[in-house]
Amino acid sequence: MSRDYRATPRNDTTVSRLGGEFVTLRLAGQMLGIPVLAVHDVLAAQKITPIPLAPHAVAGVLNLRGRIVTAIDLRARLGLPPREEGEPSMSIVVENKGEPYSLLIDSVGEVLSLSAEKYERNPVTLSQQWQAVSDGIYRLDSELLVVVDVERLLDFTLSAAA
Amino acid sequence: MDDLLNEFLTETAESIDVIDVELVKLEQNPNNKEVLDNIFRLVHTIKGTCGFLGLPRLEAVAHASENVLGKFRDGELEVTADAVTLILESLDIIKVILAGLAATEAEPEGDDKDLISRLNVCAAGGAAVSQKKAKPEPVVPVQTLGRDLLPGEVSLEDLEAAFAAAPGPDEEPVTVEETAAAVTDDHDGVIASGSGHHDPVHEEPRKSSAPAVATAANVSADATIGTQSIRVNVDLLEDLMNMVSELVLTRNQLLQIMRRNGDTEFSVPLQRLSQCTTELQEGVMKTRMQPIGNAWAKLPRIIRDLSVELNKKIDLQMIGAETELDRQVLELIKDPLTHMVRNSADHGIERPKDRVAAGKPETGVIRLNAYHEGGHIIVEISDDGAGLRVEKLKSKIITNGLATEAEVAEMSDQQIHKFIFHPGFSTAEKVTNISGRGVGMDVVRSNIEKIGGTIDLKAIEGRGTSFMIKIPLTLAIVSALIVECAAERFAIPQISVLELVRVSGDSEHRIEHINNTAVLRLRDRLLPLIQLDKILKLNADTKTENFIVVTQVGTFTFGIVVDRVFDTEEIVVKPVAPILRDIPVYSGNTILGDGSVIMILDPNGIANSTGDVMTDSEVVVANATTSQAASQDRESVLVFRAGTDTQRAVPLSLVARLEEIAVSAIEQANGSLMVQYRGQLMPLVMIDGNCRLKEEGRQPVLVFSDNDRTMGIAVDEIIDIVEEHLNIELASVTRAVLGTGVVAGKATEIIDVSHYLGLAFGDFLTASTNRAHGSSVDPKHVLMVDDSSFFRNMLKPLLSAAGYRVTTASTATEALKLREKGEVFDVIVSDIEMPGMDGFEFASTVRREGAWQSVPLVALSSHATPQDFNRGRDVGFNDYVAKFDRDALLSSLQDQISRVGDAA
Repeated sequence: MSRDYRATPRNDTTVSRLGGEFVTLRLAGQMLGIPVLAVHDVLAAQKITPIPLAPHAVAGVLNLRGRIVTAIDLRARLGLPPREEGEPSMSIVVENKGEPYSLLIDSVGEVLSLSAEKYERNPVTLSQQWQAVSDGIYRLDSELLVVVDVERLLDFTLSAAA
Repeated sequence: MDDLLNEFLTETAESIDVIDVELVKLEQNPNNKEVLDNIFRLVHTIKGTCGFLGLPRLEAVAHASENVLGKFRDGELEVTADAVTLILESLDIIKVILAGLAATEAEPEGDDKDLISRLNVCAAGGAAVSQKKAKPEPVVPVQTLGRDLLPGEVSLEDLEAAFAAAPGPDEEPVTVEETAAAVTDDHDGVIASGSGHHDPVHEEPRKSSAPAVATAANVSADATIGTQSIRVNVDLLEDLMNMVSELVLTRNQLLQIMRRNGDTEFSVPLQRLSQCTTELQEGVMKTRMQPIGNAWAKLPRIIRDLSVELNKKIDLQMIGAETELDRQVLELIKDPLTHMVRNSADHGIERPKDRVAAGKPETGVIRLNAYHEGGHIIVEISDDGAGLRVEKLKSKIITNGLATEAEVAEMSDQQIHKFIFHPGFSTAEKVTNISGRGVGMDVVRSNIEKIGGTIDLKAIEGRGTSFMIKIPLTLAIVSALIVECAAERFAIPQISVLELVRVSGDSEHRIEHINNTAVLRLRDRLLPLIQLDKILKLNADTKTENFIVVTQVGTFTFGIVVDRVFDTEEIVVKPVAPILRDIPVYSGNTILGDGSVIMILDPNGIANSTGDVMTDSEVVVANATTSQAASQDRESVLVFRAGTDTQRAVPLSLVARLEEIAVSAIEQANGSLMVQYRGQLMPLVMIDGNCRLKEEGRQPVLVFSDNDRTMGIAVDEIIDIVEEHLNIELASVTRAVLGTGVVAGKATEIIDVSHYLGLAFGDFLTASTNRAHGSSVDPKHVLMVDDSSFFRNMLKPLLSAAGYRVTTASTATEALKLREKGEVFDVIVSDIEMPGMDGFEFASTVRREGAWQSVPLVALSSHATPQDFNRGRDVGFNDYVAKFDRDALLSSLQDQISRVGDAA
């Protein structure tokens, strides 16, 4: 099952603080948001080929319609405990510098339209690992949504800690 | 129709369409250099190709228009509407000629003098007189087509123009069926009255002998040219490929469901679907992959025509034509390759008399070589021509203002060579039909860089130029071995795999350990092993059975231990994501037929990553080289006993036959022992004074033979023939013995056959002197450089026997000392692997300067891989011979000497 949220790819994550539409996803209970325009595909669990010697956050590679996509385990990337055996997972496919990446997450929520007034900068106390990839926070009624900056998320040179 | 012509027509038709559009653009914006360059190149290409195909009329028109365009480009001529009209007019003529070609496979007759002279006037700066036809137009019946023109057809206006340009109605460029029918009468007339007429270049027997009706039929058949092949956008193929992959995945899923559910009514159609899918997949894959030979197909003819035209002798050698390339890559490198070969023929190879004067064989060699190397495809285009003249390049750089004199003075030759890749840089002394004009290496380079490749050149003035194009493998297909390690599958490029060995506790092969380092005994050698699970930090269970993939990287051979080996699969290598690029053990990844992604191991990277395990991979590599050399030096040795109890040996390759001769048949004459053997008297010698003939019975004799001379050595007993690495450890004290070494576990004297040859025929060596090269009275003087005394001693008699005067040197330094002393040799034979200065270095030293610069060099080596061969050739060896191939050595020497002889 794969839903195309949009037809043409466009990497436009800098507008996150101005509000807009975000795809929400869950990772170890935390709600995260990715600008809807950055999302190419949402996939159910895929067969992933692990890559020995690859950085910790790289879960492996998978075949998406004849394209080889690098799978990034978002839990590992954000320093969260690994997913329990048998727990369901999903993937969001994004593109960075022409290369497709599949972000492994726990589940995908919905598309939320958020207004700029609900935007907050990252609290200074947020861990460095999260600061590095978060573009700010949106206050939702029931919880907080952390905006993920896809470009920074996939820039592994920034955070060797990952 | 000729493939070449066919392709030319398709290509040129496309170019013409582009030029049409671009010219109009140019008219609107005369200062657009890009547009102008593009037009110029296209016209240049048309002109160039015409030359090869023998289309003088087309060539003349294209050449004249190119002249005008050239003036535009150089800013010497203003782009005016009139001038553009004139060019367009010539394009129309080109179209007409093309249409004629498509119809009859020959250029239509016609006179373009008027047009050409107007173009020339224009080029010379005169006003572009765009007057209409100079000659009165013949009356042409006006016909209208009731439909749009098909591709490949020509409008009636164009036909009219052709009629106008043609002096008579002998060969109208006719493509439209209706028109063809209308002019059949004319054809009849031609055949009847002018059947003796031939196109001077294209002799087409069919043209003059076939009845007009058949010609008309041909016309209509060939009018559909262009429909036989179509050009498809590569993106479309890429999309198709992706869709097919998707289809394969779905098919696989269906098949799995199928297997679970057993036989249902879907089985049969599903099998059919599966088969179709496979075929479709293969078909789509095939559309993208082609052997590089396809791009070379035209070259032999081009070279042939060129050598005729330029009056040069050129030998085109093509190696590795079967190397497969992605179609897209192939398309993109085709023109650059053709262009470069053309350049080599035109500028590189000198005229025969200049070559002879330079001490080179009359026939120049252009060599194309394609092969896979380290994740790339390498295409080398080399010639043994004049090379690049640095001084000329320098002055050109300065006059073109590309660098100042001071800057040029600072530059290395290499840097100066690179300038030929600058736009508008041509070193040809005069603009010829074939190349020049500065359309060239810059285009070549930009085309290659477009596909992520690189181009490099090496040139030695007076010795030749060699271009090396490196194209990434990422688009190419390779055959790979699929292996499994710790439940993960990996691909190893088949090209680096030598063999597979199965090891288990009870099999013949098993893994042994030295201080935790795994090794394998393989044919009496220790093979270093690399455990893939350890390299990849995987947790594998201990297996009772393993497979070892014996892999070679350069000269380093090692085994990769894996759990299982599946079969080989053709894979399309895709680059890994940027984040994974730093991992040296992978060269890419790929999608297998079953849809799973698999990593491709890079044997090179694996070998390097063992650096910490193996302390110093350099040392390992060096050792491996020696051990390999040693293993290749193994040779059959005949072990025998004669006189004393000492074991003696002689290389079996020197022995002609083993005989047992009745003692009674041995006679004595003139103080020597003789035996009548095969109708001749064969001298028989004893090993030494201690040796006695048998009293009775039969005497074992080793028979040595050289041309018509035969000699026997009487021995007591022939013990064995063993495979041994002959290593002379103790130098000999007597002349009869080369030295002492270990053979079959015992100290053994290795006898010097040449000594016994001397004993048998006092005149043996001198008598045979003149045989090797009939006419020459002076024996040719050979210098032999080899560090192994065994080889020196073995080859010396061999060469002496063949009539050469031989001087030996045990090191390259020793050889160079001989040069300083002023010794002169006709040919030098050198080993490659030598301590100190090796053969490659020796060759380049010899070639660089001094008296031996033009002495033929023959490399002698146990490594005769293509890479070694090429390297040898690059540093200046004229030939490369495997060490144990006596005949090849002799024929190579003969060859080199006679070449020099021819040149003198």
